[in-house]
Amino acid sequence: MDAIFLQILNGLDKGGAYALIALGLTLVFGTLGVVNFAHGALFMLGAFCAVTFQKLLTISKQVKDESITFFDAFKEQPYLEIWFGDFGTTIIDYSVPLSILFAIPVMLLVGLIMERGLIRHFYKRTHAEQILVTFGLAIVLQELIKSWFGANPIPTPAPEIVSGSAPVGVLLGMGESVVYPWWRLIYLAFSAIIIAGVFAFLNLTTFGMVVRAGMMDRETVGMLGINIERRFTIVFGLAAVVTGLAGVMYSPILPPDYHMGMDFLVLSFVVVVVGGMGSLGGAVAAGFLLGILQSFASMNEVKSIIPGIDQIIIYLVAVVILLVKPRGLLGREGVMED
Amino acid sequence: MSDKKNSAGWSRRDVMKAAGAFSAAGAMPMFFSRGAWAGETFRNDPGKAASVKLGFNVPQTGAYADEGADELRAFKLAVKHLNGEGDGGLMNTMKPLSLKGNGILGKKVEYVTGDTQTKSDAARASAKRMIEKDGVIMFSGGSSSGVAIAVQSLAQEMGVVFMAGLTHSNDTTGKDKRRYGFRHFFNAKMSGSALGPVLKKEMGTDRNAYHLTADYTWGWTQEESIKETTEGLGWKTAKTVKTPVGAGDFSQYITPILNSGADTLILNHYGKDMINSLTQAVQFGLRDKEVNGKTFEIIVPLYSRLMAQSAGKNLKGILGTTNWNWALKDEGSKAFVKSFGSEYGFPPSQAAHTCYVQTLLYANACEMAGTFYPPEVIKQLEGFKFDGMGNGATEYRAEDHQCFKDVLVVRGNENPTSQFDLLEIVQEVPRSQVEYDAKIFGGELGPYKV
Repeated sequence: MDAIFLQILNGLDKGGAYALIALGLTLVFGTLGVVNFAHGALFMLGAFCAVTFQKLLTISKQVKDESITFFDAFKEQPYLEIWFGDFGTTIIDYSVPLSILFAIPVMLLVGLIMERGLIRHFYKRTHAEQILVTFGLAIVLQELIKSWFGANPIPTPAPEIVSGSAPVGVLLGMGESVVYPWWRLIYLAFSAIIIAGVFAFLNLTTFGMVVRAGMMDRETVGMLGINIERRFTIVFGLAAVVTGLAGVMYSPILPPDYHMGMDFLVLSFVVVVVGGMGSLGGAVAAGFLLGILQSFASMNEVKSIIPGIDQIIIYLVAVVILLVKPRGLLGREGVMED
Repeated sequence: MSDKKNSAGWSRRDVMKAAGAFSAAGAMPMFFSRGAWAGETFRNDPGKAASVKLGFNVPQTGAYADEGADELRAFKLAVKHLNGEGDGGLMNTMKPLSLKGNGILGKKVEYVTGDTQTKSDAARASAKRMIEKDGVIMFSGGSSSGVAIAVQSLAQEMGVVFMAGLTHSNDTTGKDKRRYGFRHFFNAKMSGSALGPVLKKEMGTDRNAYHLTADYTWGWTQEESIKETTEGLGWKTAKTVKTPVGAGDFSQYITPILNSGADTLILNHYGKDMINSLTQAVQFGLRDKEVNGKTFEIIVPLYSRLMAQSAGKNLKGILGTTNWNWALKDEGSKAFVKSFGSEYGFPPSQAAHTCYVQTLLYANACEMAGTFYPPEVIKQLEGFKFDGMGNGATEYRAEDHQCFKDVLVVRGNENPTSQFDLLEIVQEVPRSQVEYDAKIFGGELGPYKV
């Protein structure tokens, strides 16, 4: 029972990441009709916003390292610690949550530049061409990151106070052995808040209402004198921010490296397809569903019955769902069916 | 005894004498003259060219690119030293030494580089290009056993010596060994033998171990060797679980450990997988747990300082093994660290060390053979005993081309004195403790002439 509960939690936090990435992906597809293979790179860029912010906070004074005598080596002491002592250390410790403030404008800018500078030129091109150009963009972005930050993962720890595990079992009366990392619980809550925020934005604001109308019938909205193109550009920026924040908050779970976007991209596309192309609710539901299924498939008891099931479960479920419901769980008629 | 002569005036004794003299005369150049193998044709023979080319095939992209970059630095330094530039590095301490600092056999050393991408097919294609297009006489490098095994078989097919870089699978010099492949780096079996006594001393004989293992040749052989060691100590094995290479999030593999009854986690992971699985294991509170009345322990059998930098504080106190560490105090290690550190501003990794040493060993073997002819170079390397290269007295065992030398048991440093001081040396395990019979892994080296 404890093991099942832990796997559900695992699935939920993994699903939270899938859902956030897929949400941005389907938002772009639903509004702009673009199949954006550079979306995973936005997740990676978000994580590197956390890395960059951490590096900014730890800009250091170089001091000769006397412990190394064979050659001249230098150790670094962050200016923040020199200037503010323990308070500086605390600021550095909180670099990941603080980097959210840094990531929002950066990712918005990245999204706007990406849309205005490249993707808008491909609106009227075929999906195959869109995939090629965005995939190429993703490779360029990851190589840029690699040349700047190197190929190895960079540790971006969560604040010390939440670096351990929460006694979930004790809190729920399940026993002491049921523990779960604090940061993963925070990530789960964060995912839920962001998803709720996006839905509220689209459903409760005039801007969101216009965007949704544009998603349904772009031409009619345009004929009403509304500059839907501009709104869609902002939506692209919003999608970049959502995905980037998913990356920022994921960085303590998975030390960022230049390839992490690609690792999530394929899974996120499966999530979008299973959820239904262009369906925001479908993307979220499929994200959590596939996350949980993947977790359960990794259990030793399951793998002893079907070896290797953890590797293929997501694709297997995708095949079954698409056979039974070809438009995905909550897909709409007419989307990507021309 | 009569000495009958035939009609031509030749006795049987005369004929035997003449045959003996003719054979001795025929063989004489083989013994006394340099370039005696000039009659043999072989691939990429530099002939009368003023220079000779080596190929350095390292991961320049992909997950091990940082290790590849460090390997490349070491190769460049080795070439510099071979050509008589710089401070000479390990050429000042290596014994016996035939190198003169004038290249190899008087030919200036040049090099080409390739990118393995840590993929077997890409590594083979890159090595093939080096051999066929660039005309390299030897190639080296790599940070993966899958890659090493793939290019080693290519080396055998094409008759060009491969001096392996970082590869730790037992198979490289076990079932997949090749006459044209040589490994200076240690292997999983040796890691197990080195770790055993330290584990017994620090963790006792009553433990229950849970293995998470990278699902490819290196992971399998390491799991096998470490399991053999721990079970030999009396430990139980709770479970062995294979994990996909590059899984990223290992949480679904870690949560079952919490209720498995295991009190020790053995991470048969390397590189990015090791960093991620270790980070997540610590986040799940494994290191704070008490199971069976014992503190839960994590073991990382193969360590790398470059990886340790990425794992950060999570690595503190965790035991493992390494081929070499820059903090060693022998003359060879000090000379290499000084040379490398002065050149690049930071100490070399174990990957850099093994690649540098391999380049010098190959060049030295050519000098000893007096030729680049691969079968003769190979014969010089087989059974070659040397010292002063940072690992104590070392031998390239002829039977499987595995180097035998001291192995280091290390621990993630609790109190580092510098940013590079990430691993504390717990014990320098003598070579005699990690030696094993070459026959246990099977395999065939193959012919000298291809």
